[in-house]
Amino acid sequence: MMRKLKDDVLLCLIYLAAFLAEFLLIGILAYVFVRGFPHISWHFLTTVTSILEGTVGIAGNIVNTIYMVVLTLAIAVPVGIGSAIYLNEYARPGKVVRLIEFTTQTLSGIPSIIFGLFGMVFFGVTLGLGYSILTGALTLSLMVLPLITRNTQEALKAVPESYRNGAVGMGAGKWYMIRTILLPSAMPGIVTGIILAVGRILGESAALLFTAGSGYFLPRSFGGWFHKLVESGGTLTIQLYLSMEKAQYDTAFGIAVVLLGMVLCLNLVTRVMVSRFEMPKYTDAGGR
Amino acid sequence: MSQNKISTDKLNLYYGDNHILKDITIGIRAKAVTALIGPSGCGKSTFLKSLNRMNDLIDGVRIEGTVYLDGKDIYGPQVDVTRLRKRVGMVFQQPNPFPMSIYDNIAYGPKVHGVKSKERLDEIVEQSLRQAAVWEEVENQLRKPALGLSGGQKQRLCIARALAVEPEVLLMDEPTSALDPASTLKVEELINRLKRKYTIIIVTHNMQQAVRVSDDTAFFLLGEMVECGTTDRLFARPTDRRTKEYITGKFG
Amino acid sequence: MVRHTIEKAAEIIFSLCAFMAVAAVFSITLYMIANGLPAIFQAGWKEILFSSVWQPTAQEPSFGILYVILTSIVGTFLAVLLGVPVGLLTAVFLAETAPDSLAAVIRPAVELLAGIPSVIYGVLGMLILNPFLYRLEQKLFAGSQTHQFTGGANLLSAVIVLAVMILPTVISISETALRAVPPELKACSLALGASPVTTVFRVTIPAARSGILAAVVLGVGRAVGEAMAISLVSGNSVNLPLPFQSVRFLTTAIVSEMGYAGGLHRQVLFTIGLILFVFIMMINGILSSILKGERLE
Repeated sequence: MMRKLKDDVLLCLIYLAAFLAEFLLIGILAYVFVRGFPHISWHFLTTVTSILEGTVGIAGNIVNTIYMVVLTLAIAVPVGIGSAIYLNEYARPGKVVRLIEFTTQTLSGIPSIIFGLFGMVFFGVTLGLGYSILTGALTLSLMVLPLITRNTQEALKAVPESYRNGAVGMGAGKWYMIRTILLPSAMPGIVTGIILAVGRILGESAALLFTAGSGYFLPRSFGGWFHKLVESGGTLTIQLYLSMEKAQYDTAFGIAVVLLGMVLCLNLVTRVMVSRFEMPKYTDAGGR
Repeated sequence: MSQNKISTDKLNLYYGDNHILKDITIGIRAKAVTALIGPSGCGKSTFLKSLNRMNDLIDGVRIEGTVYLDGKDIYGPQVDVTRLRKRVGMVFQQPNPFPMSIYDNIAYGPKVHGVKSKERLDEIVEQSLRQAAVWEEVENQLRKPALGLSGGQKQRLCIARALAVEPEVLLMDEPTSALDPASTLKVEELINRLKRKYTIIIVTHNMQQAVRVSDDTAFFLLGEMVECGTTDRLFARPTDRRTKEYITGKFG
Repeated sequence: MVRHTIEKAAEIIFSLCAFMAVAAVFSITLYMIANGLPAIFQAGWKEILFSSVWQPTAQEPSFGILYVILTSIVGTFLAVLLGVPVGLLTAVFLAETAPDSLAAVIRPAVELLAGIPSVIYGVLGMLILNPFLYRLEQKLFAGSQTHQFTGGANLLSAVIVLAVMILPTVISISETALRAVPPELKACSLALGASPVTTVFRVTIPAARSGILAAVVLGVGRAVGEAMAISLVSGNSVNLPLPFQSVRFLTTAIVSEMGYAGGLHRQVLFTIGLILFVFIMMINGILSSILKGERLE
């Protein structure tokens, strides 16, 4: 009888623990949406905060975030895919592959604050880029590189050997085969990696605080849209953090709603991708 | 019926839409070895697992009919499955020691059933390992991981583990199919000794093995029990044409 | 000929991409050391590592970060102590006991928790957890003359936020490890008359221990490296890490002062970064040796 009781208590604990995760999520979403939703307006999304004009808006941060995402992906995606192709299609198993895989794994274990410090002194000071969106994007691309590499690598591994042999047997060169056969087949895995990377970039703050800074203005001229790359620019998440520090809770929750909305969308897309193409997904949490 | 340890009455088992066991009615003698033979996929293992209710764990399994252990229905409402499984032990095809020490492997069952005293556990461990004829080989490495043993030793360890909870019946599901010939021989010798104390039911693919170790044999085909009787009789004078064809190697 | 050149070029470009990760880790290591060491030589390692007085902007500055280091260690330890049992039980739920319908509700929740930006955890900790802990603090220390009230922004808040943040990591990796345990092992245990719950705790979890250990180590890594969320909830003054004290972690020290620090002060912040980096590298090393051991098994 004692044993039955012990079993039931343990089972209760298991259920409690599992539902804690559920409650946390629902609680977080509910709280943020209830507090933040009233502050979302067209005005909030399309103007820039200005003391002179008395406006509060996050348009500048939205533009910065888009810059950051596009630029980071533009750097990290080609390098990540290239790296995965090398590891899977060219390199022979051995010390070199082990070194690359070890460092890729190490890279995904380094906390973002360290990336921030490194980005600040390397891209910011040594390369002279200062506090700028470019510095931030370069820093973040190192951070999301493992996500792209790992997901591409897994997708490439799933491509049947016969595809490769078939193409090479017809006299196609290796690069031609990779371009026309491998990459299209591996596309779902690559896209999953990219989506996960976008999630990382959207939520990132510690690595950006001292690299991209906190500017929140919109460019005033056509040339300004290009010049923006070398100007300081805070993403939504950075602005959220700064608003909290200044106790501007309304702005903070407005941004939080926007961010959580994006996170939910990305999660949905990943879910569809994974179930549609039945492939493993490698997040930083589960990706080793 | 009275000397039967286990008997089944019109046992039917369905898995989803598949009818896996069809009207099995059989009596298993106490303190004897009963072999279940037949081609693979004919329901031998499923039948074996329904004797200690291991099929309960699989979703979509439905059972009709009755299984008696000492005259009591084991699917009855009052039955405590853990008590039942203590009385009806099981040895699997793959030797699967737990990833812990040899000692802890054996002591696992008794601990689960409430044995706490260290002396008593020591005693049970030694006794079980002796019964399973593996004591001499592991006596000096009781604290070492069981995964380091050879395949044959592992299987005898698993038998010892099953014996440690003092079962009355021992179900063996192709216990030697993963072993080399020398280890197989050892396990067979062991079975011959164990039947003095236990009722043993063994599923085997190997007809020579059935002849060597069993007193009774039952032949299964496509979910039906075609024929059963003493092993000597069944192999010498099968009454059913299908049994004869199977044991003379016409199919299977 | 042209084709051959293109093929060769492709291979070279791909291998360069692959070495990007090596170059990154190498230069990060180099930069962390190059920027973190000078302060140690300048101010003396005893002054930095074993002094508890942190007055970087005083007339006679003092750069003792002992309490900061201790806070990171103690805070991480407590967060793991709190988060791992909950995470492991949830993983058991998902891998073993949950009916499919319930698992289908919990698993996406865990994935989403992992995707929520860390700043948002900080925001909620600051606005929900801090006031709650403040009330608790007022009750506990009512009438105390010596206690410095933190308004709920203290070590305990940070620990709870960290524990929540490591949950998804612990859950997903433990679940994978539990699922990898061969079903035959569980069958053996059940056949001996053990109940399903006993089987989970006595056989399945021990059999998955190296994977679960990896989950714990990864959780430690997450907790040590987390910066923004806890900088909002931990109060941010340098103190001995006690539950109801305002504290500063290695990470939050960098976050809160890098913006204005200069000279030796700034270099000491890099030293803090270097210490954090060393911790992380040690954790990485432990992790890969666990994973290697697992592969050998």
